[in-house]
Amino acid sequence: MIVNLLSGDKPRSAVLTALLVLILICLAGAPFIFDGVRPLDTAARICIFILLVASYDLLLGYGGIVSFAHTMFFGLGAYGVALASTHMGRGFDALLVGSLSGALAAIVLALLIGLFSLRVRAIFFAMITLAVASAVAVLVSQFSGLTGGEDGLTYKIPRVLTSANRMGEFLGTRISGKILNYYLVFTCALILFLLLLRIVNSPFGRVLQAIRENDFRAEAIGYRVVWYRTMATCLSAATAALAGSLFAIWLRYVGPDTTLSFEIMLDILLMVVIGGMGTMYGAVIGATLFILAQTYLQNLMGGASEATAGLPLIPDLLDPDRWLMWLGILFILSVYFFPTGIVGRLREGRSA
Amino acid sequence: MSEPILTLNNLYTDIAQYHILQGVDLQVPRGQVTMLLGRNGVGKTTTLKTIMGQWTAKSGEILYNGQEMTQMPVSARARAGIGFVPEDMGIFRDLTVEENMILGCTSGPLDPKRKDWLLGAFPALGTFWHSEAGNLSGGQKQMLSIARAMAEERQLYLIDEPTKGLAPAIVSTMAQALRELKAQGASILLVEQNFSVAKALGDTAAVMDDGRVIWNGDMAELATNSDLQERLMGLSMEAH
Repeated sequence: MIVNLLSGDKPRSAVLTALLVLILICLAGAPFIFDGVRPLDTAARICIFILLVASYDLLLGYGGIVSFAHTMFFGLGAYGVALASTHMGRGFDALLVGSLSGALAAIVLALLIGLFSLRVRAIFFAMITLAVASAVAVLVSQFSGLTGGEDGLTYKIPRVLTSANRMGEFLGTRISGKILNYYLVFTCALILFLLLLRIVNSPFGRVLQAIRENDFRAEAIGYRVVWYRTMATCLSAATAALAGSLFAIWLRYVGPDTTLSFEIMLDILLMVVIGGMGTMYGAVIGATLFILAQTYLQNLMGGASEATAGLPLIPDLLDPDRWLMWLGILFILSVYFFPTGIVGRLREGRSA
Repeated sequence: MSEPILTLNNLYTDIAQYHILQGVDLQVPRGQVTMLLGRNGVGKTTTLKTIMGQWTAKSGEILYNGQEMTQMPVSARARAGIGFVPEDMGIFRDLTVEENMILGCTSGPLDPKRKDWLLGAFPALGTFWHSEAGNLSGGQKQMLSIARAMAEERQLYLIDEPTKGLAPAIVSTMAQALRELKAQGASILLVEQNFSVAKALGDTAAVMDDGRVIWNGDMAELATNSDLQERLMGLSMEAH
């Protein structure tokens, strides 16, 4: 039954299985295991980024397609929810309409980009996505009447999903709408992730992998490479948009910095590479580690810096402001020691 | 005799600034094995790749079942029933043998009878059915490459040097599989340097030189006439 849910794609490593189960338990029980607002927020981000990174892995790891427009699709979904909630008023219908129209817009845009540029060399596709993504980011900040410009949009979501909705206590934790909202995010992300797992393990996913390895051979067997690549781009874009919608529902705010910035694109790339490309589970590990580091590395370093205050140089190196440097070092080390990502390394360890 | 399954008329192909094919005329009779022979660098591989569409012909005609297909996309040629086994094998290394075989079937699942036949012909593939293809030995990869092309029934097979670098025992396995393929009614255009294999398998032969077909006839005739071999290919193949 579990194997069936995972589409037969078992983790194939005891350590990896343990890690995945641990992450699943922590995320599923986050409101009850951890106290306070910040851990819950981190858990929600992890759910959303696992989905976002997994959808990018479908493109990069399975299809071998390099795209820089993934945050654009993420943003389309987020702005879809924001605009629908602003103009239709708070309500589940607005969330649904916003999510679906965001995903639809992402599919149409992905289709256009794909048909124009996937016929030719991979680098051309990458450049086109970069150009389109930059153009969309500029448009969003310029059309401030519609999008709120650099300030972004704040809007109301159904009261059931906010902290104003109090529903009593369970296991010593006060159940509020915020927790309900978290479970909405968690459930949607989990379902969509399992769906992605199904896609990459379907015959369609196999053809994608074949194309990644040798596109001419795939074509010579009889597969229309352009069609498969375009389909992969559309599926990936739609999933990214849905992840964006979840993010918008969770934050009740969208802005260029939180959804469209190139920094997020880089983060996604790092998470895919650290976790392990072409494995799907790599997205889980990569996103979890990265978000945790992003959220807690600064605190940790603050503590370490104070603890070593008496020593020369070390407190300066451990200053919380230097957290990006340490993240960079972690990244270089992980690429150096785990060129196939953490998941790739764990699986090799088993077969060796 | 019925019309040939494949006819090349005055085919020219350039690769970058080089004129590789310079007017190839060739007929592949239906249901037979046609050997494409000649020294290295005369355009045998380019001929196969032009038929498959990896290179686009500059001029000339490729008639497949009487239909002109010079401008047809590669995947459409494959779905029209042409199977191509290139020299570099082109197996998908990250996928298992099974997944490679399943990918070979574009129009449905792998037929169990056909699978049994192929595993009978190439027992090693059955042994490594669930292993990643990248871990196979060179000979096993070659078998997988051919078996994948045969995974579903195709009318015409273009096969480039299937026995290159293989141990003699595997060569005979390969030759036997090709013979069975022919017995099922398929037509084969085969580039082969191993003369004993060519002699054993070929019905007709075409010899290329300098981007053209310079001789056309029965394989048996070529095989027994060492003067002819000397003249066409600059070497007597009996010596091999």
